[in-house]
Amino acid sequence: MTEMTEPGIWQEVPSPFCGIASDDLVIKVDGNDVTILENGDDITKAGFETAITDLSPRFNGRDVSLDEAVSHAAQLIRDAKQPVIGGLATDLNGCRAAMALADKSRATVDNMDSTATFRNLLVLQDTGWMTTTLTEVRNRVDVLLVVGTDIESDFPRFYERMVWNKESMFNQDIESRQVIYLGKTPSGDASTSPKGKKAQVLACDDADLPEVLSVLRALIKGKLIQAKQVGGLAVSDLEALAETLKQAKYSVVTWSAGNLDFDHAETSVQMICELVKDLNLKTRSSGLPLGGRDGAMTANQVSAWQSGYPMRTNFSRGFPDYDPYLSDSNRMLVNGEVDTLVWVSSFNVQRTPPQSLAKTIVIGRSGMTFEQEPEVFIPVGVPGIDHVGRTFRLDSVVSIPLRKLRDSGLPSTHDVLTAIENAL
Amino acid sequence: MLMKLTGGKIYDPAHGIDGEVRDIYVRDGRIVERPTDVKFDQEIDVRGKVVMAGAIDMHTHIGGGKVNIARTMLPEDHAADVVARTELMRSGCGHAAPSTLTAGYRYAEMGYTAGFEPAILPINARQAHMEMHDTPIIDKGGYVMLGSDDFLLRMMAANNDQEAINNYVAWTMNHSHAIGVKVVNPGGINAFKFNQRKLDLDEKNHYYGVTPREILLRLARAVKELGVPHPLHVHGCNLGVPGNLDTTINTMEGIEGLPMHMTHIQFHSYGTEGDFKFSSGSAQIAEQINKHKNITVDVGQILFGQTVTASGDNMRQHAAHPHAHPNKWVCMDIECDAGCGVLPFKYKDQSYVNALQWMIGLETFLMVDDPWRVFLTTDHPNGAPFTSYPHLIKLLMDKTFRNDVLSQLHPEAQKASHLASLDREYTLYEIAIMTRAGAAKLVGLADRGHLGVGGAADITVYTDNPDREKMFTTPDYVFKDGNMVVKDGHLIDVTWGTTHVVKPNYDISIEKQLKPYFDRYHTQKMGNFKISDDEISDDGRGSITVQPLLLGAKYDY
Ligand SMILES: [Zn+2]
Repeated sequence: MTEMTEPGIWQEVPSPFCGIASDDLVIKVDGNDVTILENGDDITKAGFETAITDLSPRFNGRDVSLDEAVSHAAQLIRDAKQPVIGGLATDLNGCRAAMALADKSRATVDNMDSTATFRNLLVLQDTGWMTTTLTEVRNRVDVLLVVGTDIESDFPRFYERMVWNKESMFNQDIESRQVIYLGKTPSGDASTSPKGKKAQVLACDDADLPEVLSVLRALIKGKLIQAKQVGGLAVSDLEALAETLKQAKYSVVTWSAGNLDFDHAETSVQMICELVKDLNLKTRSSGLPLGGRDGAMTANQVSAWQSGYPMRTNFSRGFPDYDPYLSDSNRMLVNGEVDTLVWVSSFNVQRTPPQSLAKTIVIGRSGMTFEQEPEVFIPVGVPGIDHVGRTFRLDSVVSIPLRKLRDSGLPSTHDVLTAIENAL
Repeated sequence: MLMKLTGGKIYDPAHGIDGEVRDIYVRDGRIVERPTDVKFDQEIDVRGKVVMAGAIDMHTHIGGGKVNIARTMLPEDHAADVVARTELMRSGCGHAAPSTLTAGYRYAEMGYTAGFEPAILPINARQAHMEMHDTPIIDKGGYVMLGSDDFLLRMMAANNDQEAINNYVAWTMNHSHAIGVKVVNPGGINAFKFNQRKLDLDEKNHYYGVTPREILLRLARAVKELGVPHPLHVHGCNLGVPGNLDTTINTMEGIEGLPMHMTHIQFHSYGTEGDFKFSSGSAQIAEQINKHKNITVDVGQILFGQTVTASGDNMRQHAAHPHAHPNKWVCMDIECDAGCGVLPFKYKDQSYVNALQWMIGLETFLMVDDPWRVFLTTDHPNGAPFTSYPHLIKLLMDKTFRNDVLSQLHPEAQKASHLASLDREYTLYEIAIMTRAGAAKLVGLADRGHLGVGGAADITVYTDNPDREKMFTTPDYVFKDGNMVVKDGHLIDVTWGTTHVVKPNYDISIEKQLKPYFDRYHTQKMGNFKISDDEISDDGRGSITVQPLLLGAKYDY
């Protein structure tokens, strides 16, 4: 359990920032200063160590009390014809409060990472998938196929925690694990085994991935391929890859939808998921969608159980109305369809609202700076630093309890959104 | 606050009361003796009405990972069944996989005041409680799933003694806030990860060498010795496989007289006779249930229409995936702990197999003699959504109606069943047993499911309508902890129920084994796995109710 073992030193602190919810961080807290002493990385360092700046809410650029800020925010939402609650990077109770507010104010809900998340969700809703979770990977993976993704830049500790761990529960020789990249080339050496075995790389452009994946699937299904080359890769190399996957006892095919940044990438995700299903007719194989940083899974989970739908759901008719195209907040903002934007971003000061003509209320992490001052800015605490909370990690299965590490006096997103709802 | 319900016909099987006219007094959420002061804050005339305790659904998939996958993957399930926001209620939607808010409202409007999630993965328990926390009005709780978790199988492979296993089971129940223990396809979910595609009762897990029979015995014994009132809750081997009735009977006999609840028994009562190589095994199964007094069952009745099946049994769900309708499905391996599988499914009345499944369920209801040992479920949403319970009650209480429906089903299936010849009609008293008194006793709820003094004032009042479906669809009144929450079938107040748990004792030394296990193999620390009481009470509207253990439990530390 996260606990203070000596004054100011916290053990087993879970990270709500990194998607894989590493919970072995050792953290020093001195007043409002937070420092990771052990097991930090670029993502968690930025997450935990970013300093508090603003303590006071602002209305049109001037400091106001929290009550005033809340009532201005409520007024803007009351006056709105098409409000959007966007960003939605927060913890469980922040998301609960956002859903309640959306329901009452007939708003649309969306998450800042939906463009990536929906590359997966559209597949879930169309054909489904077979997936696995991090502890299974840690103990069982024998072949890891990484599709179109540079894991270590977004998930720096993935290999250390899930692939090159010291031991597996099933006496597997860890060194025998095979890592194969298809598409992007790894940016560093995280995928290299402890004894120096480098990952095999079958490099191709993102644009060629749809074709390469469909050939790989065809080969797995035993179909004959006439072409010798696809996307600059030798078909014989893909044949060997297909064979490796078929021979594997527990292969894992992973991708980060955020890295598959090309039009209709959902069809490539679908190809991955279908080839995993094909492999499972004979052996075991699982997909592993990476993502879920800054509460993205939490927002979709809470929305799904409270409304029946994931993000991109609109309450303007008094009931939840789901449309992944029409209720895409990016599209709505660009088209000028939104008159008021409530931007919720309690993890990362870099994640500020997109430029738009909408009146904007930011419920954001203290330390944010804006190119365009929002109408209302209410600085809030960070779940897992300033207040307790819970958040889901990338596999949507495991959630972690977040503790309060310091007493900054900043309110939680839940408290602010609930106050706004009550003021409507 | 003192309330009197005057002159109702009381059906309270826990006290042997079968339709007697009596008054009920409620003070501060509890049923009390007739008070000496006679100034009532509220008196409600229920003369001529049927009065029962609030109904309890002892097996309903209302919260947790696989339910939320079902919701997310089925927008088409919800679009035709949206619920608009009102002054009182949040909006929501969903037919087979409703949103949590809608599920709570609908249960209450049907006279249900408690529901128990039967498949809480330890590692996903936090989520199950989050979702149940957002389910209004009804009380809730759940059974924690063990039996395919590597920790237990390692203990068994290493021949740990029963004492150690009891400790582990009690520890898991405490820290996942469970009221019971469930096994799903014992060891089978684990074996699937080693690419085994079926696992019979005496078949060994390839890695651990452990059999389902051994797992069931170890866990049933643990539950008994810990004094947990709810017997081991078993989803057996070979779900849905023609011919599985032999395995089911072997499972009952193999448990050596220990208490065991066999869930959705309908899916485990299939023979292989006839042209379709699929036949009803309900007569043999019912005979065994009648014979073995340690066995309880719920039926898992199927009803026709579109639904979704959500199960921990990814081995069987994977095998069933060609039947997904529409054609999409999810299977997951989960955290060296368990797994899950989600398949949308449409039961068709002109399908021989589906029609016979319908008949097998009803035959089981009608042939099990003791209503204290058979429970009314559709395994929501696996056999049908819970909103179909009033229809199911009518099928049980009204033979003419039942045979009318039967006569319209697949003709070959009709020939394969002797359902038409079963004359039994359930009485209101028996319905009250199955859905109230018996369910409370089975789950281990000391203060629910009855109308005796000291009981919680969860009360449902119906108009005695010969159309039992109408009667059970729209109660006149529903009281939750003494508050009137439903009037004339409509919600008038929203309250938040409690979470029922048991807290069996354990020796803390089990953590000496568990902590290094988490550190070495898991991706979460043992301490962060544990769910605190604060997480259940959360924003203040949640609460924990600790139900008593059975007397004579082995451990009275
Ligand atoms: Zn079930």
